[in-house]
Amino acid sequence: MKVSYFPGCTLKNKAKDLDVYARKSAEALGVTLEEIENWQCCGGVFSTARDEVATKLSSVRALKEAASKDQPLVTVCSACHNVIKQTNHAMQTDKEFASKVNNYIADGVYEGETEVYHYLEMLRDVVGYDELKKKVVNSFKGKKIAAYYGCLLLRPNSVMKMDDPENPSIMEDFISAIGATPVVYAKRNECCGGYIAMESPELAKKSSNAVIENAKAAGAEMIITACPLCRYNLIKNGADIPVVYFTELLAEALGVKEDTNA
Amino acid sequence: MQRIGVFVCWCGSNIAGTVDVQAVSEALKNEPGVVFSTNYQYMCSQAGQNIIKDAIAEHKLTGIVVCSCSPRMHEATFRKTAAAAGLNPYMVEIANIREQCSWVHKDMLTGTEKAIILGKAAVAKVNLNTPLTAGESPVTKRALVIGGGIAGIQTALDIADAGFPVDIVEKKPTIGGKMAQLDKTFPTLDCAACILTPKMVDVAQNENIRIFSYSEVTEVKGFVGNFDVTIKKHARFVKEDICTGCGACTEKCPMKKVPNEFNLGMDNRSAIYIPFAQAVPKVATIDPNYCNMLKKGKCGLCAKVCAAGAIDYTQKDEYISEKYGAIVVATGFNPISMDKFDEFAYNQSKDVITSLEFERLTNAAGPTAGKLVRPSDGKHPHTIVFVQCVGSRCSACAEKGKEYCSKICCMYTAKHAMLTRDKYPDTEVYVFYIDVRTPGKNFDEFYRRAVEEFGVNYIKGMVGKVTPEGDKLKVQASDLIANKQLHIDADLVVLAAAIEPDKSARPLATMLTASMDTNDFFTEAHPKLRPVESPTAGVFLSGACQGPKDIPETVSQAGAAASKVIGLLAKDKLTGNPCVAHSNELMCNGCSSCERVCPYGAISYEDKEFRMPDRTTKIRRVAVVNPAVCQGCGACTVACPSGAMDLKGFASAQIIAEVDAICK
Repeated sequence: MKVSYFPGCTLKNKAKDLDVYARKSAEALGVTLEEIENWQCCGGVFSTARDEVATKLSSVRALKEAASKDQPLVTVCSACHNVIKQTNHAMQTDKEFASKVNNYIADGVYEGETEVYHYLEMLRDVVGYDELKKKVVNSFKGKKIAAYYGCLLLRPNSVMKMDDPENPSIMEDFISAIGATPVVYAKRNECCGGYIAMESPELAKKSSNAVIENAKAAGAEMIITACPLCRYNLIKNGADIPVVYFTELLAEALGVKEDTNA
Repeated sequence: MQRIGVFVCWCGSNIAGTVDVQAVSEALKNEPGVVFSTNYQYMCSQAGQNIIKDAIAEHKLTGIVVCSCSPRMHEATFRKTAAAAGLNPYMVEIANIREQCSWVHKDMLTGTEKAIILGKAAVAKVNLNTPLTAGESPVTKRALVIGGGIAGIQTALDIADAGFPVDIVEKKPTIGGKMAQLDKTFPTLDCAACILTPKMVDVAQNENIRIFSYSEVTEVKGFVGNFDVTIKKHARFVKEDICTGCGACTEKCPMKKVPNEFNLGMDNRSAIYIPFAQAVPKVATIDPNYCNMLKKGKCGLCAKVCAAGAIDYTQKDEYISEKYGAIVVATGFNPISMDKFDEFAYNQSKDVITSLEFERLTNAAGPTAGKLVRPSDGKHPHTIVFVQCVGSRCSACAEKGKEYCSKICCMYTAKHAMLTRDKYPDTEVYVFYIDVRTPGKNFDEFYRRAVEEFGVNYIKGMVGKVTPEGDKLKVQASDLIANKQLHIDADLVVLAAAIEPDKSARPLATMLTASMDTNDFFTEAHPKLRPVESPTAGVFLSGACQGPKDIPETVSQAGAAASKVIGLLAKDKLTGNPCVAHSNELMCNGCSSCERVCPYGAISYEDKEFRMPDRTTKIRRVAVVNPAVCQGCGACTVACPSGAMDLKGFASAQIIAEVDAICK
């Protein structure tokens, strides 16, 4: 199966692990991620101003290219996923916005026909966790792993429609699928501090520490995330347990980690 | 040819403000059949009605048209007026020139023109009206109450006191409902059990009341005055008439690890159980999901210890058929699930509880014998945070909670906070609220006492996150008045969960053809003027199945529903609606289309002999309408391909005459 893939800027630099393990693992699971040609940065943040068009054009171009191949668009970075899914939703539901955007789109119009998946959704809904379980060669049996969703991955729920934002299970089920034991803790869907790290490092430290401490108190030996900024903040602010991308564990579980040069 | 009188009402300035009533009565004078036309300030008044009566006599009228308000308002009034003057009441037509005309138009010219057209249509119809006589049907003098909570109990007692037999169907093994689980009741703080259990005993002892506990209604047929109901009595594996409720079996039962639903799973019960000490009927029930004898065929201890010999492992579900004249729905409410509100960590910590669980924790008959302790470690909580509106008034998150206000939470939270401070003055109590809503007799005074006398900390704002850490619950909240974020280390968090109708309500509504709103609350026939009746004749509403209600309100509504039932059962015969369908046998081809669309099962088929033109006799299958069951919806008249089916009072010819008059 082939799907369109939008990696995003961070995955080409700081977060190469998130990208390359995602590709390798997908291949092992029978899905080819076809990178969108000439993709541009998603902008990092979805502007809630309805008349803001320029920052959303890159998302629409990527979505339109996926539509031209009749493929779903898969992203793995929490921020890219959030921006692209929200932009797609705006194209489907806000006619005025869509017509403004289409003025900037060469050749034809785009009306939100592409389906956007987060990589985790692809694992759960397309590949299937039962199928994934069967392909695990290195099980993480006995390992206690905490899923860190952050604030962005599942919200706003009315648009993301990925999982219950207050009581999610998509990452916990992933952890179970690779043989480990998921650790449920209250702060798993709280903000790490995000971009406030630039403005007020102290505030980001407070938020990140609260997450780390809460996960550790619940018995976590490791934290996994899908967000480069979450991982940055948690590590920067002194996480004393490993904080890794979920794709890295996936690659290891599937036995494709070694032949990867991340 | 009819002799028609037209009566145009001013309705003060309601109609006359936008419609030239004089011009209307003048214009309608010239319509075919009209022999008299006038207008008057208030046609519904005694003087107005006398004008109509006098005109009927003086001008020998055979039909009248009243141009006034909606027929829902005064059609019955004017029919009575006509009947009093010796005219068949179905010779009266109302032209609605108020709600559908004067109220919606601003301009006198347009309003007057439309009023004249509406009047012409009504005249056209009356020209084709024929006198109709309503049939009668007998009334079964027995009522059914579905649900045995305080609503059902009160309704049943009131009906029984008037001398009519009543059956209560309750799906749980005992009656009592939610009120039996409560500790104290606001605003007087009297103990719920002390005022409820005597009523439960009254029900058990009243010879006019039968209780079908552990039972459900599975089928409802028939119509007002004549319902045929099937009740499924679940096998409880104990002979109800023999069991003495001694409780020896529950003590000896080796399977003691069954979550106790009466205490909301905060302790365990045995597989054979009596829900609580004052249960009515006080008989044991075996839970087939946990009983070793029923599951594996091994054990039988309860049968051995039962001195009365009441245990019967072979008991089967039983179906009972009974006839009723009236049905009262009293299916009540439940708190919503907290699964989608895990920002409050309900699924992560035993010390985050719902308000109903709090009731059990403070109840002397509860799992802790009334001692307020943390469910996790049995320690006394020193800081308690109450969160109101969990899932209520949740307009931004309809997939998660409810848009409506659950109404009872402000008062019971004030009660919980007050009682906690009273009994444990060393405990700090916080209540987070959106608004405090306490309209009710002595309600606001009660809330003020919680704040002023008992020192409860009321904070306007919501809790955003509860994080269990160590043995504390870290509560993060906002104080909207101080405009700051709060962090409280709590020992116990209590969630005032929104309430929703019981899950059994929707299938029941389908059985009863009673309507519901989008939240699955039963709809009343009129939100102000008929609040305890369902739009379906003979079906009445009692308690929280109609909307969130506290106990005083529930009891008032229960009594009101009972009085409506008594009013119905006191009649020997019910006058039916003569505007029912009838089939022209000569045109009917027996195709069954009408039978298939009839929602009331009012149409059946008969083989009838017809004399043919060639003097032979032919047997043909034709439709027959039971006028007592037909509700006059008209679905069959549309479905009938040969035009044999028609509705009395709303015949196709009459409707077309109206349309013609409007389009002329």
